[in-house]
Amino acid sequence: MARTMLDKIWERHSILVRPDGATLLHVGRHLVHDGSRAGFRALAERGMRVRHPGRTFGTPDHYVSTRGHTLAAIPEPNRREMVSALAENAATQGFTLFGLGDVRQGIVHVIGPEQGITLPGLLMVCGDSHTATHGAVGALAFGIGASEVSHVLATQTLWQSRKPRAMRVTVEGMLGFGVTPKDVILAIIARIGAGGGSGHVIEYAGAVFRAMSVEGRMTVCNMSIEAGARAGMVAPDEAIFAYLKGRPFAPKGAAWDQAVASWRDLASDPGAVFDREITLDGAAIAPMATWGTSPEDAAPITGSIPSPALAPDADRREAMERALAYMGLEAGMAMQDVPIERVFIGSCTNSRIEDLRAAAAVAQGRRVVIPAMVVPGSGLVKQQAEAEGLDAVFRAAGFEWREPGCSMCVGMNGDLVAPGERCASTSNRNFVGRQGRGARTHLVSPAMAVAAAVTGRLTDVRTMMGGV
Amino acid sequence: MRKFETVEAVAAAMDMANVDTDQIIPARFLWRARAEGYGALLFNDIRSEADGSAKPDFVLNLPASAGAGVLVADRNFGCGSSREHAVWALSDAGFRVVIAPSFGDIFFNNSFKNGLLPIVLPEARCAEIRAALARNPGAKLVVDLEAQEVRGPLGINDGFRIDSFEIDPFRKELLLAGMDDIAFTLSQQGAIDAFEGRYAAEMPWL
Ligand code: SF4
Repeated sequence: MARTMLDKIWERHSILVRPDGATLLHVGRHLVHDGSRAGFRALAERGMRVRHPGRTFGTPDHYVSTRGHTLAAIPEPNRREMVSALAENAATQGFTLFGLGDVRQGIVHVIGPEQGITLPGLLMVCGDSHTATHGAVGALAFGIGASEVSHVLATQTLWQSRKPRAMRVTVEGMLGFGVTPKDVILAIIARIGAGGGSGHVIEYAGAVFRAMSVEGRMTVCNMSIEAGARAGMVAPDEAIFAYLKGRPFAPKGAAWDQAVASWRDLASDPGAVFDREITLDGAAIAPMATWGTSPEDAAPITGSIPSPALAPDADRREAMERALAYMGLEAGMAMQDVPIERVFIGSCTNSRIEDLRAAAAVAQGRRVVIPAMVVPGSGLVKQQAEAEGLDAVFRAAGFEWREPGCSMCVGMNGDLVAPGERCASTSNRNFVGRQGRGARTHLVSPAMAVAAAVTGRLTDVRTMMGGV
Repeated sequence: MRKFETVEAVAAAMDMANVDTDQIIPARFLWRARAEGYGALLFNDIRSEADGSAKPDFVLNLPASAGAGVLVADRNFGCGSSREHAVWALSDAGFRVVIAPSFGDIFFNNSFKNGLLPIVLPEARCAEIRAALARNPGAKLVVDLEAQEVRGPLGINDGFRIDSFEIDPFRKELLLAGMDDIAFTLSQQGAIDAFEGRYAAEMPWL
């Protein structure tokens, strides 16, 4: 029978299936971060050790300071402890750590692919919902909770009560000038809703993804969870093999050839049946921005804020009204009239080198009019950006250039948006209070974030770049 | 983990869809140790004003919600991050059951690991129960896991009745036994070892 990529990876990792369908899955590689402390504690309480330290990789990201790349740069003892606990666990349990002071440290979802830890055909987990990012190379990767983290540490396995359903989102055609992967995923979520992928793993297919860079696919897969999906994935192709070849934890020599041969069989078979299919026209997607408090509250930058009166049902109407009240916005207002007071470029969605290049291309020769910062996704991204002179472009434009970490995406390290302040952010969540209590988040692409920083309002970057 | 026994508790209704984990427990509290308890922080930012005073109209601040053990919510409850603290906050605040039309996947999984039972009922039915609770503040629901039933308060019909729900047998078994899944998994060690041998042969590059 024709199988989907999800079927293939799932079956390859199934250890046993109970009569009721509950499946014990092997975890190919496990990623941990400074927020995984509870999982390690639970392991220690049982007096157990990490079963496969060689398949476990960690880096601190949520609690690290973006002002200095040392433990001492973290002023609060509680946060410092979260970071030092990871280092202690790595030392006692013997897994690989990319710690502070190591140029390879960064946001866990940036360094997984960067180091070649993330590989096609693997089942990967991490105690973080944006683990979906790793699906971009053709892995099945999803987030788990602290109890599950301790289960994986102890056994390298995970129980799933049933296989998720398969959903395919096909985007055909070609993206227009100035339209980026971030816009594609925001358009998809606006279409299917924040719960639209619930219970499913989304496979992204079609000409737009085939033509999209590997890093762009990561941006898309990253936000699968914002559509409610368990994971997102793209079938591996030559672009993926070229991206992974030579990375430190990717196979080498004869093993590489053997691996690539096996990865070529991963794509969903022709005729494989998906539980749900959605199709979008890539050419119809404009640069997007969110106006509300759910990623589904996204609209084209050329449009206006939708009216709750036109909501399909009472629930949605109330949710929209609540969102507009929180955001301090009125229905009918042009998206480009929304003022912006702060800009954050970073997060596991948009902090890779291509994101920084796209942002720098807009920042070049311009000046920001509001506070704005760039936080690279990893030390290696930062190093590369500096080698290309991007940091100089950002600094000259008035951006702060920081050390790698999650930073203002979630503010756990203290990089917060002030109450009531309106921030254009390249991150993935615009939830109430996500970037700080009372903070108002507008999700955008890196290029759109720079455009907003330069004008102090949401701006169609295409007009700035002479495209429209 | 404690055994899940039949719960009879005050039910509180929350009329918001997409209640995310950042609302259930804001990120700035996550470094706290599990032992310190998260109950007082449940829904912190929607429950209280910035100065810490309680918002009088938030459902859990109503006198009738005192001692609530069942939460009846709207679709996509617990969406967002993987933080298990969201489940801890609910369970530390005394909740044993959340009823909603759908849940964030990771929140749903996390709930079972902590003896919190997430129950999926149809969207329209959840709305009816929430409306019935609004008309009958402080009403108690009975959640019988063994029978897979949610029952309304005895003697009140007004929108309440017996609802059956589905649950995976494995999860039901673990909840009823209060059994921890690591222990169960370790009992499958033979199968795990055999699998790992095959897997390593199939993917020697790992
Ligand atoms: S960058 Fe944001 S979304 Fe990504 S792992 Fe860090 S906190 Fe989570």
